[in-house]
Amino acid sequence: MSTQNIEVREEVDEIIEKNGYDDHFHDHHASDKYKSSFVGKYIFSLDHKMISRQFLITGIVWAIIGAAFSVIFRLQLGFPEADMAWLKPLLGKWIVLNDAGIGSISQDFYYALVTMHGTILIFFVLTAGLSGTYSNFLIPLQVGARDMASPLLNMLSYWFFFLAGLVMLYSLFLSTGPFSGGWTAYPPLSALPQASSGSKGGMNLWIISMTLFIVSQLLGGINYVTTILNLRTKGMSMWKMPLTIWSFLVTAILGILTFPVLFAGVLLLLFDRSMGTSFYLSEIFIQGAALENVGGSPILYQHLFWFLGHPEVYIVILPAMGIVSEIMSVNSRKPIFGYRAMAYSLMAIAFLSLLVWAHHMFTSGMNPFITNFFVLFTLIIAMPSSIKTFNWLTTLFRGNLRLNSAMLYCIGFVSFFISGGLTGIWVGSSTLDIPLHDTYFVVAHFHLVMGVAAFFGMFAGLSYWYPKMFGRYMNETVLKVHFWITLIGAYCIFWPQHYLGLAGVPRRYYRFDSFNSFTGWEGVNEFITISAIVVFFTQLLWVFNFFYSMWRGKKVTERNPWHSNSIEWTTPIIPPHGNWPGKLPKVERWPYDYGKDGKDYITQITPYAEGEEVIAH
Amino acid sequence: MTTDTHTEVSHHDHVDDSQIWEGGTSPFKASYGKLMIWYFLISDAFTFSGFLIAYGALRFSTPTWPLPDVVFSTFPGGIHHAPLIFVTVMTFILILSSVTMVRAVQEGKKENRMGVVKWMGFTIIGGLMFLSCQAWEWTNLIAKEHMSISTNPFGTHTTDGVYLNEDGTVAKTADGKDEKFTAGTTYLIHKKDGEWHKRKFKITSGEYKGQVAQESFGPKAFGALFFFITGFHGFHVFSGVVFLTIVMLNALSGLYVSRKNGYEMVEKIGLYWHFVDLVWVFVFLVFYLL
Repeated sequence: MSTQNIEVREEVDEIIEKNGYDDHFHDHHASDKYKSSFVGKYIFSLDHKMISRQFLITGIVWAIIGAAFSVIFRLQLGFPEADMAWLKPLLGKWIVLNDAGIGSISQDFYYALVTMHGTILIFFVLTAGLSGTYSNFLIPLQVGARDMASPLLNMLSYWFFFLAGLVMLYSLFLSTGPFSGGWTAYPPLSALPQASSGSKGGMNLWIISMTLFIVSQLLGGINYVTTILNLRTKGMSMWKMPLTIWSFLVTAILGILTFPVLFAGVLLLLFDRSMGTSFYLSEIFIQGAALENVGGSPILYQHLFWFLGHPEVYIVILPAMGIVSEIMSVNSRKPIFGYRAMAYSLMAIAFLSLLVWAHHMFTSGMNPFITNFFVLFTLIIAMPSSIKTFNWLTTLFRGNLRLNSAMLYCIGFVSFFISGGLTGIWVGSSTLDIPLHDTYFVVAHFHLVMGVAAFFGMFAGLSYWYPKMFGRYMNETVLKVHFWITLIGAYCIFWPQHYLGLAGVPRRYYRFDSFNSFTGWEGVNEFITISAIVVFFTQLLWVFNFFYSMWRGKKVTERNPWHSNSIEWTTPIIPPHGNWPGKLPKVERWPYDYGKDGKDYITQITPYAEGEEVIAH
Repeated sequence: MTTDTHTEVSHHDHVDDSQIWEGGTSPFKASYGKLMIWYFLISDAFTFSGFLIAYGALRFSTPTWPLPDVVFSTFPGGIHHAPLIFVTVMTFILILSSVTMVRAVQEGKKENRMGVVKWMGFTIIGGLMFLSCQAWEWTNLIAKEHMSISTNPFGTHTTDGVYLNEDGTVAKTADGKDEKFTAGTTYLIHKKDGEWHKRKFKITSGEYKGQVAQESFGPKAFGALFFFITGFHGFHVFSGVVFLTIVMLNALSGLYVSRKNGYEMVEKIGLYWHFVDLVWVFVFLVFYLL
């Protein structure tokens, strides 16, 4: 550590020293207390870079758990006749043995696995793990701030997330199992403890966990927006911000506007469950007995849920879009095509995402007249999305491509975004959605467009910013192997699911052999399961690479290894607390001056040369 | 500090962005703390919106809804038939506490420590009075009128009719007239000795004219929504009182004098307090006026 901090003074230091902005940060000795103890530095850290790594590693742990769940339920779907008794030591009573000693996954457990896979991946991995990691790490570094606006709230944001995870983890070990009614938690299944095994204690813990998670998201989101708007360094006007920052800003605003509505929704659900109110319940018979609840509406929950639920998928994908835009421009050695169009389309997507929630509810008995509006706004989202897609493609066009792993992941992202996005037009249309609703077609659509695509954005970001995070590189060969297997494997998993869905095979079914209409897909399901297993173990290879490289990876010797323009690369290789050892850099230009006037790159802090043309972007 | 070329070029650069913030000062001329409380309030507004939309959806899916003039017509001291008088007093107290909050912020701007403490003290008293009023109102509804989150004794007639006695004769009022009612009238089913006394009546209009019927409970959602939404708001007022007390004690101790940003904390808690007042206006609108 100490050897790395003694560096040769470089040109960027000279520029910062000469033009930089002195905020007297180092006069306060504020950084001293962060070095004081192990607990203060690594556990209850207030430093955004450490909090970011906490989010990342917690996210990785949850990703492994969530993905392992999917492998188990894929085993059930691919090989329903296979003997699962070998899992008995691990899963205990969730593996049911028949008289012949052949074990199978219990049905309750199957539904719990599906539910937890969705909840964990969407909320804990792709929201907290993705946004939490990159917003925390990059916002102060890329806007030129010493830290987040409120480091304390930032730390609390992580610890609320941690607690949310702890509660969810605890629910996995209940004797009645975790919640098993699907990640959307629709009532009455979620509102009535007698409805299923998972709707008992598991559901209460699910609600508590979600509430803690919402608190974490709000604390984080408020911090991100405030930091971006208020703590930019001198010269960093809005239109000089990298697209990563634009995407984090829009994502955080979406979170602030939508998570509170989910909070209202799950709070009412909690009251229905525990206090006998009837917000979502009406005229229900269980085993022949009528319940007392009248006057509620389960559709009300769906509206409240999807008002978060739909923007949530953009909360997942927008940061990945920002990361890809940044990395793609750097590795094409060319300015991002249509910088302002990229930022405006982020805003357009976010705005429209607040108006389309009911396209998840076309089969809920909605008035077909009302669905027209939701179809219209849904299909309009294709416009900003294609603006972004074409801008990525035109950024690649005639660029000096550096096909390193980060760039490959970006191209993979665009590929998945196109393949998954096109089917979005199908399911966004209410007429087509009615037969496709709740089939594997939908599963394939959203896994490609916001699941795998967001993961590829995350992988790209880690290949690219790992040197800044840990001062070392990940192993490039292993990353490329991981890229190719995951790219091909993910298509092998999800492409066939389109055909299943078009044939009407419903999602969330435990097995299909008792339905004549769904037979004939056994071979396809086996193929999907085998692909899923291969992809899962490839992810473990990535995780191994991640942790191994932290200690054994190739050391970073160059301050700006990717020859990037944005200002996080003007900090020392391992940035100290406060990020810049001296003054804050003054930003002179936008972050995408690649290949301008014959220069390969011109960093954001480089003043305009005499006579250099200032292009309005 | 800067070379000539730099000044010249950056001047050129500034022409483009002269309207855009160039760093160093805050874009909204507000500190980060004030921005954060604003964003928090926006998110909180969405939580309340979620509740109020749930209210609207459930209310308009039921055929009847109790008339607020009948439900909220009691006043402490055994006074009945005083529609909305008590809630008017409550609302007035809460709005008055916003006025005293404004005065506290104003004194803060003048750096007058004791002024801040005095007016914040009045605000806290206002908040506590509001909470006490709410406690009385809840007690009255729960203990006297037996409304709960799952039972709503305030029903509404959907037809015209006339009440009957237990023996089937037409019931008379104190001055000897028939006890008639019209469609849309809200009634309260009384509970005596643990039993609900649902009165019988003869229908005098519409399809079922001439038949005898019995009072039925009002929509369950009314009680549940009332207690949860006013409770959620009351919880906000309660937290507000706690925060106000902390800020007042900090102001009294002179903490804000030693800090550079003056009485900004008072302003921030003031924003929260006004927000809670504003939310009450909407709660008041949907539960008491509509």
